[in-house]
Amino acid sequence: MKLLIIEDDRETAAYLVKGLSESGYTVDHANDGRDGLFLATSGSYDAIVLDRMLPGMDGLALLGALRGAQIHTPALILSALGSVDDRVKGLRSGGDDYLVKPFAFSELLARIEVLLRRGVDAPSMTRLRVADLELDLLTRSVKRGDQSIDLLPREFQLLEYLMRHAGHVVTRTMLLENVWDYHFDPQTNVIDVHVSRLRQKIDKNFDRPLLHTVRGAGYCLRPGD
Amino acid sequence: MTAPTHTAVPAKAETHRSEDRAVAGWVRAFPTNQDRGPQAHGAAGFSVTFTDLWSATRRLVRTHAFRLAGLYFLVFALSVIGVLFFVYWTSADFVERQTEATLGAEVNGLSEQYTQRGLSGLVQIVAARSAGDRGDGMLYLVTNRDGRPLAGNISGWPSNVPARPGPLSFQIELPSADGKVETHPARGVLFAIPDGYRLLVARDISDAAAFRDRIKTTLLWSGLVALGIGLVGGTVMSRNMLRRVEQVNRTAERVVAGNLSDRVPRRGTNDEFDQLAANLNGMLDQIERLMTGMREVTDNVAHDLKTPLARLRARLELALLGPGDPAQSEAIRAAIDEADRLLATFNALLSIVEAEAASGAPPGEPLDLAEIARAVVELYDPVAEEKGFSLRLDGGPGTMIRGDRHLLSQAVANLLDNALKYAACGTITMAVGRSEGRAVLEVADCGPGIPEADRESVFDRFVRLEPSRSTPGNGLGLSLVRAVIRRHGGSVSLGENHRPDRPVGSPGLKVRIEFPAWPQTI
Repeated sequence: MKLLIIEDDRETAAYLVKGLSESGYTVDHANDGRDGLFLATSGSYDAIVLDRMLPGMDGLALLGALRGAQIHTPALILSALGSVDDRVKGLRSGGDDYLVKPFAFSELLARIEVLLRRGVDAPSMTRLRVADLELDLLTRSVKRGDQSIDLLPREFQLLEYLMRHAGHVVTRTMLLENVWDYHFDPQTNVIDVHVSRLRQKIDKNFDRPLLHTVRGAGYCLRPGD
Repeated sequence: MTAPTHTAVPAKAETHRSEDRAVAGWVRAFPTNQDRGPQAHGAAGFSVTFTDLWSATRRLVRTHAFRLAGLYFLVFALSVIGVLFFVYWTSADFVERQTEATLGAEVNGLSEQYTQRGLSGLVQIVAARSAGDRGDGMLYLVTNRDGRPLAGNISGWPSNVPARPGPLSFQIELPSADGKVETHPARGVLFAIPDGYRLLVARDISDAAAFRDRIKTTLLWSGLVALGIGLVGGTVMSRNMLRRVEQVNRTAERVVAGNLSDRVPRRGTNDEFDQLAANLNGMLDQIERLMTGMREVTDNVAHDLKTPLARLRARLELALLGPGDPAQSEAIRAAIDEADRLLATFNALLSIVEAEAASGAPPGEPLDLAEIARAVVELYDPVAEEKGFSLRLDGGPGTMIRGDRHLLSQAVANLLDNALKYAACGTITMAVGRSEGRAVLEVADCGPGIPEADRESVFDRFVRLEPSRSTPGNGLGLSLVRAVIRRHGGSVSLGENHRPDRPVGSPGLKVRIEFPAWPQTI
């Protein structure tokens, strides 16, 4: 998988390149907006991570130009501006995800994985399946093996999100943003409690656990350990 | 919802009831400010007005300005009364002395006649003086030893008059101009002449008495008017002074309540009060500068430390990516957690700064406060359940507001977070509704509550009431709540949660958020 990093801050860029390379990605780096746009249009990248404020060309303008040229490489915007307005602006100008600086590297990694999978996902799926766990989006019912599981509406949404990203790490912030649509950091570990409740329902009476906690990162729904 | 202990009531539940029941329930849930006052339970109408008047009067009497004005009025009244008595005494006495002088001259004249011409001469001169009305009101009478009148203009010896010689006062009946008989007061001297003869020289003093009466009335009225003017003037003056002192007090109260930018109004007259106001304002400027400076320092620290802290965290994370021994990885993870906590504190601080610094119209789209509350209650319900509490949501209709959903959700979440941290009994209640045209949200727990003296300071940054600081948290939760609510033009107040089932010694805390009125479209 090939990633393009467009970031003018050397320290951050070096850290991104090092971290992402060690995580198994091929990484190119551009120092400013112009070089970034050039690389983004010429090379074929699987995803772009770009800073919002760049010398030469603003990150949002760059994205606009890219989308204008019919290049739809998934893009994640990094920004020091964290208000909801800034986020909305970033997503409107063609960004696929928005991460506020400073961020946890695990958070970035999880989000890049989601971006990379975006093209693969068949959006018209009505039935999600992980091992013997099955979620039916039409009847809004959940089964594990031949045992049906009762879920509250929010638990259903939570499980749906986890199953759509099965095999990948999903962070607490991602859950809060995508399942609850909240962009703030609750002081208490509310997400953990919701997840552990869900885990009670889908894993408790079964031999093989599916919902795993990933230390320092978040959660992952996958068949194996 | 099928969770057995999920007691949250959807916001729309009220609409199933009859409307007036909903309103009644609403009134119970949200007592107005007046309801809390001690007079609210008294009978309506006169008794309340009377009580108000009485307490206002007592308040006034207790003020220094009133006492000063009262003292001045007393001195003023005494001097007015003194002056009036003096005037009365001099004018009334003058008439009296005139009467005495006339009588004396008369007696001297008669005594001269008697010495020169004897008794017959005296009788003659008395008869001559008695003839006709000379208009001077003089009365004469000479009697022989049987008491029979020999001469004079009085028909007989006045009744009730002792026959002892010397000065005397008596009443006499005289025909008036229109033929009626009038009683006149008179004063005179009785002389004993040898051989049992007596002479009475007197003067009708009814004019003098009328004059004295007139003076009395005049002085009484002018005294009353002067005292009245003094009373009104004193009251007006003391009230004027009181009002200016009151202005200073009000401002000080508002400053204590956290509004540091408030100032004492000045009139530009440069009198003592204006100078006092100027000095106080200068002091407040200084305090505000210091406070702002202190706040800016913490804010700048948060801002400046955030980036290096983020780098520190990033490097630790990179260190984790490579292979390492488990003990080392554990230490790095712990360091990352610590960095996360610091970052969370800085982020919270910066959110507060952002909300406080924001100006202009409050953010927003039309939102239903009840919907925000419902979502946050749903988010926290499992946490509450895990801690053994139940979370109840009472929703009333008419709670549309204008605002930013994320900011408001965070504020409400902070309130629930606090309640869950400190609650001591089973139920935490969130009530949403409309009161006096405003959308209101209340979160009530029955924890230890917050002592009245601390209810203002808990909104300050990093203030935590436990000296041990053992409960997790950064002391920024309520600061953010207030910053966000103020940004929306609303207000936050703290009170006690008066619930009958609260444990002994736990007054509980009730946080009340009020939003500005916003026209309802229901």
